[in-house]
Amino acid sequence: MIPVAFDYQRAESAQHALDLLAEHGDEAKLIAGGHSLVPLMKFRLAAPSVLIDIGRLSELSYVNDSGDHLAIGALTRHFDVENDPLVRSQCGLLAEATSKVGDPQVRHRGTIGGSVAHGDPASDIPSALIALRAVMVITGHDGQREVSSSDFFLGFLETAVGEAELLTEIRVPKVPEAGWSFQKFNRRAQDWAIVGASVLVDGDNVGIGLVNMDSRPVRAASVEDAVRSGANSADASALAAEGCDAPADLNANAEFRAHLAAVLVRRGLEASGVT
Amino acid sequence: MKELQVEVTVNGTRHSHDVEPRTLLVHYLRENCGLTGTNVGCDSSSCGACTVHLDGEAVKSCTIFAVQVDGQSVTTIEGMADTDGTLHPMQEAFHANHGLQCGYCTPGMVMAATSLLQEIPDATEAQVREGLEGNLCRCTGYHNIVKSVLACTEGGQQ
Repeated sequence: MIPVAFDYQRAESAQHALDLLAEHGDEAKLIAGGHSLVPLMKFRLAAPSVLIDIGRLSELSYVNDSGDHLAIGALTRHFDVENDPLVRSQCGLLAEATSKVGDPQVRHRGTIGGSVAHGDPASDIPSALIALRAVMVITGHDGQREVSSSDFFLGFLETAVGEAELLTEIRVPKVPEAGWSFQKFNRRAQDWAIVGASVLVDGDNVGIGLVNMDSRPVRAASVEDAVRSGANSADASALAAEGCDAPADLNANAEFRAHLAAVLVRRGLEASGVT
Repeated sequence: MKELQVEVTVNGTRHSHDVEPRTLLVHYLRENCGLTGTNVGCDSSSCGACTVHLDGEAVKSCTIFAVQVDGQSVTTIEGMADTDGTLHPMQEAFHANHGLQCGYCTPGMVMAATSLLQEIPDATEAQVREGLEGNLCRCTGYHNIVKSVLACTEGGQQ
């Protein structure tokens, strides 16, 4: 399968990428690892006329200890996130969710920022960032702004990143003592989650992110409130699908997805120490 | 659309070609470099038949544009054996353990497996099975593929 022809520009710096975006407007698409975008282009579901390659911007590939949080560069590859000792010890949920993305070949190319900026409700990583209450740093010509993970995902493949902006960093609060679990239900190896759940319990800090339960990655706020109020895992998880507009497809109808969400959240809560 | 010059070191040899930006790495390897050992299977980054090493790590060459790897180093199945024809230990293990049936997935399996063992030299059977998640064998010959890879682990029986 061959994509529609396009012009290719390689960004030499984050600033250069912003300049190229400003120059080409909505004709252009950024490519990092390309493992969401290239398949869409091959199926001709996307046909940008200019590709701006930010894959070589090593300045945006890092994991830094920034006191109360880890600062992760948007172009850090999944393979590097899942194996990073800091991520594993301070934000184990993120390392685990990242290790379930695609397969090793995909994780050698795909980046955390690419996955998040793609805004796919079926992606694993956004659910973990929602549960961890991560903050996304978006850079534009006028400087940087911070958007919470709750406000970042706006709709299907739609995020808070504007047309002339770049997601540059993800700030993940450190929770070394937290109980956590990533639950992914699919039928075959390597498949997308039919439903998934990221669960984090750290005292009163309770975070539940859901995969594939709406048109965008969502938080299960009712479950969080219930756990904080002392509900057990069975009662709290029964609220998992509350407020969700779950999609229906060949794998599952909305009712089955709601059932899966409750089961996966219950398992996740139990694995995180909620009785 | 403007063609771009791409320079890629493939199996130690420098290649330079003018290509359309939409040229996929797997097509570049097969058609521009004439290296047809890398197969196209599903063509949608699921099956792993097109797996090659990019700067030493397994990637799916059907999901990368050739222009993205300009200046980088690629190893294909043709680059695994020594120049005198001595097979790579992983190829030898597939041979010894009957790790292939029709052979279509084999180049990708060998490339994925060698990358896996670079990262986890003492991989367990579970780690080998999970590590080859991105490679499908439609003959379903997984048993002997896993056996072949395990033979190449540290402490494995060749």
